[in-house]
This record gives sequence, structure tokens and C-alpha cells, in this order.
Amino acid sequence: MRNPQLNQHGELQHLLTLDGLPRAIITQILDTAAPFTEVAEREVKKLPLLRGKSVFNLFFENSTRTRTTFEIAAKRLSADVINLNVATSSTKKGETLLDTVDNLCAMQADMFVVRHESSGAPYLIAQHLQNTGRDHIHVVNAGDGRHAHPTQGLLDMYTIRHYKQEFHNLTVAIVGDVLHSRVARSQIAALTTLGVPEVRVIAPKTLLPTDVDKMGVQVFHSMEEGLKGVDVVMMLRLQNERMNGALLPSPQEFFKVWGLTAEKLALAKPDAIVMHPGPMNRGVEIDSAVADGGQAVILPQVTFGIAVRMAVMSMLGGSH
Amino acid sequence: MNIHIQNGRLIDPANKIDAQHDLFIADGKIVGVGNAPAGFNAGRTIDASGLVVVPGLIDLAARLREPGYEYKATLESEMEAAMAGGVTSLAIPPDTDPVLDEPGLVEMLCYRAKKLNRAHVYPIGALTIGLKGEQLSEMAELVEAGCVAFSQANTPILDTRVLGRAMQYAATFGFRVWLQPLDPYLARGGVAHDGEVASRMGLPAIPTSAEIVALFTYLRLARQTGAKLHITRLSSAEGLDLIEQARKDGVDVTCDVAAHYLHLCDMDIGYFNPHCHVIPPFRSQRDRLALAKAAAEGRINAICSDHTPVDDDAKQTPFSESEPGTTGLELLLPLTLKWAQEHRLPLLDAIGRITSDAARIAGIAKGGHLSVGTRADVCIFDPDAHQLINRGMLRSQGKNTPFLGLELPGQVRFTLVEGSLMYEAA
Amino acid sequence: MPLPDTEQLIATLADAMRPRVTPDTCLVGIHTGGVWLAERLHALLGLSPPLGSIDVSFYRDDYAAKGLHPQPRGSRIPFDVAGAHIVIVDDVLYTGRTTRAALNELFDYGRPSRVDLAVLIDRGGRELPISASFCALTLPAPLPTGQNLQLERDDSGALTLRLIHA
Repeated sequence: MRNPQLNQHGELQHLLTLDGLPRAIITQILDTAAPFTEVAEREVKKLPLLRGKSVFNLFFENSTRTRTTFEIAAKRLSADVINLNVATSSTKKGETLLDTVDNLCAMQADMFVVRHESSGAPYLIAQHLQNTGRDHIHVVNAGDGRHAHPTQGLLDMYTIRHYKQEFHNLTVAIVGDVLHSRVARSQIAALTTLGVPEVRVIAPKTLLPTDVDKMGVQVFHSMEEGLKGVDVVMMLRLQNERMNGALLPSPQEFFKVWGLTAEKLALAKPDAIVMHPGPMNRGVEIDSAVADGGQAVILPQVTFGIAVRMAVMSMLGGSH
Repeated sequence: MNIHIQNGRLIDPANKIDAQHDLFIADGKIVGVGNAPAGFNAGRTIDASGLVVVPGLIDLAARLREPGYEYKATLESEMEAAMAGGVTSLAIPPDTDPVLDEPGLVEMLCYRAKKLNRAHVYPIGALTIGLKGEQLSEMAELVEAGCVAFSQANTPILDTRVLGRAMQYAATFGFRVWLQPLDPYLARGGVAHDGEVASRMGLPAIPTSAEIVALFTYLRLARQTGAKLHITRLSSAEGLDLIEQARKDGVDVTCDVAAHYLHLCDMDIGYFNPHCHVIPPFRSQRDRLALAKAAAEGRINAICSDHTPVDDDAKQTPFSESEPGTTGLELLLPLTLKWAQEHRLPLLDAIGRITSDAARIAGIAKGGHLSVGTRADVCIFDPDAHQLINRGMLRSQGKNTPFLGLELPGQVRFTLVEGSLMYEAA
Repeated sequence: MPLPDTEQLIATLADAMRPRVTPDTCLVGIHTGGVWLAERLHALLGLSPPLGSIDVSFYRDDYAAKGLHPQPRGSRIPFDVAGAHIVIVDDVLYTGRTTRAALNELFDYGRPSRVDLAVLIDRGGRELPISASFCALTLPAPLPTGQNLQLERDDSGALTLRLIHA
């Protein structure tokens, strides 16, 4: 079976996951993103690439922040952007996911940016488009269940490359709720594909997926050991619903053991950078002093995120 | 009409026959194997040259979706599928709507099936009312109405005391209790085997422990109550070890596996293929191989289809949201043949798992063998033909199978039920 | 077809531009040949504003048909476009589509007071109403499609026009 995100020429047709995406394509996206960062400084912050195209933000799960960054990216490429918050509309009336997609196709959609609470939902849409002969419509996964959040993974790679230039000499630690995190899965896939020799995950056993070591990471349970000598610290968001219950006793205990404080960060390399996909839970996974400190690159991540999404959309919009 | 099936290779596992024998049928019964009885006049002769003649297949789990889920399948559609698959006896799980917990419902199902005059149905009664795990069903009356065993289908009993009592009560009559080993808490929300594949795909997982923990409970209670136990749809190598240990300890426990588990593992989910969403989940390659080997050695007693027709709307959804299950009546024989080929298993043994061995578990005396005097349920198939599995060729209303687009060995040519030719391949 | 000496053509182009530029004139080279050429002209003409460069990948009119250039380099306009006299520099003028794309891009940075176009060679074959303000060599007859002129730079920095048969 062909990788559903590549067309028969091996070009990007949809962006669904970074797991299994060839290194050359990841690098191409990062390279393409670089010139887009400069568009924000122009008098006219727009490029004509997607002029006349309709991009549908199809969000089955609410996320104002991610939706906004996609919206800005699409608008900077001159696309018409239509936001659909499907979580509150049609699916409640018994319409299936594919009914919704068919309807939007009938409205001449050119691209779907899909956020869904179920892993694999964007694959279903991509396969449906293929089965119904609508290969000209592209799908960008904006986060599906616990599976993937490829544009977040890519913007993280862009940020790392921006600050560290190379990947082949880095030690990177991913900290927190890996089990439920699509961000972590995309980060691990990208980091290992780009040749980072040492990717670590640091988390309690209740927040790590089974066989996580087979994804090419080293497992740590203690921040003191896991942060030692790392170049990059990637914090994950701890969702509210995981904070109390059978996975963790309390946010306080989580912060005490796995929260990133200046003291713990001091164990990393002096020039280590701190990343977070946002929105942050200050005092749960990260201390304000670190979040606002000199080593944090959390706001640049957001800025780079727009360029990376522009790169992805313009590569997809031009693939056939 | 008297029927003479000639020149076929007759395989009758119950009687340990694998030989070139003609079969003679009169008045719905088998009247001769090898030699025609005196004065036999054939009204029809079926030339079975190059074909294999076996007892009509017995499927230990076929959901016909009636009553309650007629939009997924009907008795009519699924009976046609059974005939095309050479399956002449069906054990029906109780998870219909309403569930099979009342004698009236069971009688109605049997009556409807009889009127259609296709495969024989053998309902499995609900062990508890509404499968709710609270109140015992009227087992004695349900057996009178036609039930051959009792089960909870895929709805486990949460209260272990109720479970123990249900087994005790069933043991009073010697009824076999069929249980699906899946701890509801460990399995909660899960859709795929807990391993590297589910971890990578971010699919909520069901650990092997869910099967093991449930098995521990069931086997222990069976030992304590003396209940006869049948473990349905085994999925793991470890679970098998546990069952074998219990057998050594004297527990009367049989088990089955569904045919697709002999061929697929978690890696086959591929790009979130909802057709691979099944409960229990396809486990690791190691588990698959262990199940296939155990079935070949007879340590797993029978192979069933776990036939579950699902409508497209319920399958064309994201993996986790899709309804689990696969259509299987028409694939039971092909998948069994493929498994036998892969394990170089004699056809006599392979066919046994879907005829005589299955009959023994379900207590079906009249089917699963070709002894003289018995009901003439016969399946005749071409072992060398291959079929491309696609939506169009499936008679079942459910087109949900991970084998779509694949070629499988074996093609049913004739199906006879009680001596009547019910299916003939074009 | 023998091509004239490239260095000679550069000198000719600089001579043609000299009377019409001031020290404040801004040069913008189009990637890749145009940037090399602009660097030489910038030095020869002694212009003071820093050199600009444009990669027209994001403004090409064949994006819909051919997709995005695999490695866009981006544009760099390190001066204020509004009110400036700008000379767009390219090595070869052909259909005019690249020039159109560069003009569109330039105007997204602001409104220049005047824009000129300087090219080393005009190979004919225009598809848009565009002509060069300065041109070192106009081919007497349009170059057939399938042949391409391309500026190359060796390790010493010397520039050479080469004719390529596709």
C-alpha cells in the first residue's frame, strides 16, 4: 500500500504524520519555511500562492490557538479561509464525518486542515478523497487523537535548527505526558528521522506508551538523570483531565518531580533551549521563571509555526 | 430427491475418513458412504471429480443481526452468505436487540430460520437478563426453546459473584458457559493491541493482561463450580498457556479462535484500516503464530468466523469510532484452508476444526459428520480454485473484511442442507 | 552561435547604466544569475544602498501548474522601497514572466518612485509587454525554445554565459 501522504511521484500530497515521512521531505519543508519567515516584515504581508483557493479549517475538536495559526498562514498565502467548528454543528445532527467532507467538497474546497479527537481521522478523509477521485484536494493534519501533530513537530524542528544549526550532535529530552501526546509522537518521529543521536523521554511510567523505547528513544523517569547534558528540553502540556486520578496523584506532585524549574534546567547544557507547544500550565509542567527565562524559545516557536505552515500549504497547493 | 455425489474426495473428520468415496443421500439423510444402499436410484448425480466433500461447516459464532440490527444484516442475507460459504449450522450469540434472554425470542428466531430453510441455527442464550450481569436468565427454559449454551457475548459480567453463580447454575444442568475473556476495566476505551503499533499510532490500547486477568477469574470459577467452560475468541499466546494449565488441573475447558486471527496481527492495521478493528484486538505476530500452531495441534479446539456484519456507516469512521467486527461466513473455509496450507496441516485435521470439533463444543449431534443415518448437511468445494475477495462477491450484507482485494484458496461449489441442494456456484 | 565575452557584456551594461543612475539607486538581483550580475554592477557603479535580491518562487505564475520551486531562497530587500529608484537586474530576458513576478513582489514591499530593468542579454520570445531599460546584447533573432542561456559562476567568481540545449 502506498504511503497515503505521498503522490505517485513521491511528492507530498497530504501531510498526515511525520512517522515514515522521508528525511528529504522534512528537510525540504524546513528549507521552504525559511524564506516565509521574512514575509511578516513586508508592508504587504501576503504572498499570492494560494490566491483563489479555499482552505477549510475543519476542527472537530476545539483549539483556537492552532486554528488561528493555520488561518494566518493560509491568509498570508492569499487563500480564502473558512473556519468550521464541527464539534458544535453537523456531527451532532447525525451527519457522518465523510458527509461533512462531501458537503465541503461540493463547496469547492481545495484544502482541509483537520483537527480531530480520534487518531487516524485525517487518513480516513484522505482515503475518501482518493476513492472519490478528488486527488486535487489536500489534507493537513492539525492534530488527530494521540497520533500526530505534524506541523507542530515540524515547527519544533525548525526552531531547533534555528538555534542549534545541526541535528547530528544533539541530545534532546521530551518531558511529560508522552502517552497521550500527539506532539511527542511527531517530535520523536522527526528527531529520529533527522538523525538526532540521542532522544530521551522523561515521564512517570503511567504517562509513557507501551514499548516507547522501540520508537528509538531512551527512557528516563527522573529529571535529574534525564536532563543531564541535553541541548534541547521539549516540555509537553499536561491536560487537566490527567492531573488527578489514576495516572497521577496531583498536579503538585507532578510539578515537584517532573516540573521544569531553573534548578533542574541547570543540569542541561548551559546553552540548552527550552520549548513548549503551548498553552503552558505554569506551575504544573513548567515554572514561570523558566517559561519567561532567557533559555525559553516558546514565543519564537509560535512565529516559526506560521512560516512552517505556510511552507506546508504552499508545497501541497502546488503538488499534483 | 435422492442424490449421488460421485468421484469426490470425501473428508469426514469425525469418522477419520479421507478417501475417494461416493456419498448417497435419500430423504434428507446420508444413506451410504462408498457403496450405494440396495435399490438406490439417484434423482440427481453431482460430479465431484477434483472436489472435496465434507460435512456442512459449523460456525460457533455467527451474528445474523436479527432482531434489532436489520440495517446491518438480515436473516435472509446472512443465510445466503452461509450457504455460499458452505456453512450449514450456526451458533448465534445472544447480543441481538432485544438480547436472547427469553424463550419466546429464541423460539421466534428458530422459527424464522426454519422458515427460510437454510442453515440450522443454534442460539446461545444470554447468561444473564439483558446481558446486564445482574440476574440469571431462565436457562432450563431457554434450552427447551433451543439454546445450546449460554454466554455474555462481548459484554462481561462486572460482578464476579454473579458470574460465579451463573456458572454454578449452568453447571447444575451441565450447560456449557461460553465466555469472552476480556477484563472490562483493562480494556476500557481500547481499540488495538497494547504494543509498539498502537503506541506509534496513538490508538488507545487493550493490554494482553485484559485477557489474562479475565481468564484467571473464569478458570478459577470454573474449577470451583465445576462448570463446563468454553473460551471464545482467544487472542494471545499467554492466554493459551493458562487454558492448558487449567486443563491439566482438571477444568473442562474448550476454546476457539476466529479464522482471521490466524492470519492477521496488529501490524496489519496499516494506515488505520477500520476493517482491522476487532475485539479482542489482533495481537502481536508472536501471538498470531502461537494461535495458528495451537489450532493446528488441536489445543485450540475449533475455528469460527465470528461473523459480524457491520454497515458501511459504522465502519467508515475514524478507527477508534468504528464498530468492531468483520464479516466472515463466506471466509471461514478459505481462511481455514489458507491456514492449513501455511502449516502443512492435513485437510482432515483442518476441516475437523470447522466441523466435528465445533459440533462437539456446541453439542450438535446431528451435524459435523457424514455417518450413515445422519442429517445430510454437505459442503462440496474446489480446493484448487482461488477467489478474489471483493464487495461484489460477498452475499453477506456486511462487506466489512480486511481481506477485501486479496485472493484466498478454496471455492464452495455445492451446499446441501438436509439433503436439499441449497447452493450451487455459477 | 558564438557568444560574446561575458565580462565584456557586463562592462557594456555598466556603461549603459552609468549616466542614468545616482549613488542612491538600489539594485535588486533576481536569483540566481541576476544576483551575481547585480553584485558586479553594484561594485562597478559604486552604489551606496545595500544590494537587494529576489527569489520569485512565491510569485511565479506557473505555480499552479508546476508547484513550488523545491528550494526557494527567499527575498532580501535591505532598503526602504517606498520612493526609491530601483533597477531590477537579471541575466537573461526571455518571456518577461520572471520580471512580472519580480515587479509584483517588489510592490509588496512598498511603492518605488521608478523601476528599471537591466539585463545582460535579451533572447527574444516575449510573452508579456515588458522590455529592458538597459541591455548589453539583443540577439538578432529569437533563440529557439528548447535552447537556454544561463549565467554560470566559477570558483574564482568569473561569470560566463552558456548556451544549453535542453
